[in-house]
Amino acid sequence: MEAAAISASNIVKSFGSKRVLDGISFTVRRGQIFGLLGPSGAGKTTLIKILTGQLDRNAGTAEINGLDADKLTGEDNKKFGIMMDNFGIYERLNCYENLKIFAEIYGVKKDGILNALKKVGLENAKKTSAAKLSKGMRSRLRLARVFMIDPDILFLDEPTSGLDPATADEIHKIMLAEKGKGKTIFLTTHTMSEAEKLCNDIVMINEGKIVEHGSPQEICRRYNHQRMLKIHLSDGSDIQFPHNENASDKVAELIKNGRAETIHTTEPNLETVFMELTGKELAV
Amino acid sequence: MKNIKAVFMKQILDTIKNKTVFIQFLMFPIIAVIMENAVKIEDMPEHFFAKLFAVMFIGMSPLSCMSAIISEEKEKNTLRALMMSSVKPWQYLVSVGAYIFIMCMVGMSVFAVLCEHKGKALTIFIFCTAFGIILSELAGAAIGIFSKNQMAATSLTLPIMMIFSFSPMLSMFNETIKKIAGITYLQQISNILNGIVMSEISAKSVVIIAANFAVGLVLFTAAYKKKGLE
Repeated sequence: MEAAAISASNIVKSFGSKRVLDGISFTVRRGQIFGLLGPSGAGKTTLIKILTGQLDRNAGTAEINGLDADKLTGEDNKKFGIMMDNFGIYERLNCYENLKIFAEIYGVKKDGILNALKKVGLENAKKTSAAKLSKGMRSRLRLARVFMIDPDILFLDEPTSGLDPATADEIHKIMLAEKGKGKTIFLTTHTMSEAEKLCNDIVMINEGKIVEHGSPQEICRRYNHQRMLKIHLSDGSDIQFPHNENASDKVAELIKNGRAETIHTTEPNLETVFMELTGKELAV
Repeated sequence: MKNIKAVFMKQILDTIKNKTVFIQFLMFPIIAVIMENAVKIEDMPEHFFAKLFAVMFIGMSPLSCMSAIISEEKEKNTLRALMMSSVKPWQYLVSVGAYIFIMCMVGMSVFAVLCEHKGKALTIFIFCTAFGIILSELAGAAIGIFSKNQMAATSLTLPIMMIFSFSPMLSMFNETIKKIAGITYLQQISNILNGIVMSEISAKSVVIIAANFAVGLVLFTAAYKKKGLE
């Protein structure tokens, strides 16, 4: 059987007396976009660092391509790309020069650099100094650094954090295109719409623990009790009640009395599920 | 080798656009050329300014460049990106160190020309200045590694650099300073450069420079063990 792209089993990590990851286990299949969702400080970046061998864990196992994350060699590192939100860019160098440094390390030719710039829409900014790039362009340059090496597995840590919706959408398209080519993407985000749109499978973590795991659709189905009927009444007020077997009588009565103007259903989404599980909003 | 070449290339590209670092390589040789040609005082030792600024150059440029480059990369998280791209800490340090060493040796060639060294004197000059540059780089690397950011690095580099670099000059005017400065590698390099026409290096100088190197190595190792390169 082919090894999973990424697997984590009972990972525990503490900083001093503070336990930031507590028994994290999951498997990421090849060719899927896996989402790790959680509010800021939930332990997402720490988990990426452990999975990519940047940080030691206190217990558990972490594997990439069937290899222990602790024993990854320089050559192994070249098989996956990491884009961390805080990875720096050489401000004084232009976009092309920024990529050229890493191209030299990974043995990527000039065409590879230009293709990566084109892929993220920076081909016209190749001679622009990194200091002059907008936040969105800087994110794209970081992505180009990862795409340039054409890895099988991509770790993307909050790639659209702080970006405007149009730029975020462009980055989503790039990610979906990479998935289409069979790449595995490990995505951390605190934007539920992003996870719903892109991910095949997600894990929600809160305070270092997994609170839910599954596909976005499965998770939402599990919380079907959150489905509500929202009715706008003729007097301008709104009423809301659970969308269950008793709802039809209430709706029929309101319609019969001529009081119901519009009827909407509200479905559970990852945000409301997370709220129910933790009492917190995801986008914190 | 590929990784070392990549970091070296990065350093060349970056320094050309980094005036703060680039000026460090040019400032002392230019000042020395100007002073040697513009100031002529009776009874002044031969090539006084060239030898004086050569020692200052050894004490200041490698130290400040090394600490500035490392601390900036740490602060801006570019170092982390390099480390995650399979560049090992020693490869990074060797690349940056080699780059600064070459740039400083190019600067030192100006001093060698100004001092009109030839033959054995030139060999001693090259050997002493090269070793001095490596020692200053070691101190700069220790500061860069120990410091959290550029601001912290500058606040440590500046006093250390001033004390080491100015003590050979101040020791000309004060016996107490001369005695204290005698235990530093820069004072010993200054002594060697000033007596270079005799083509001799005293055993005392060699021992003191070696001891300074050992102390530098210990400080560097301690900083690396405590903070690492990221």
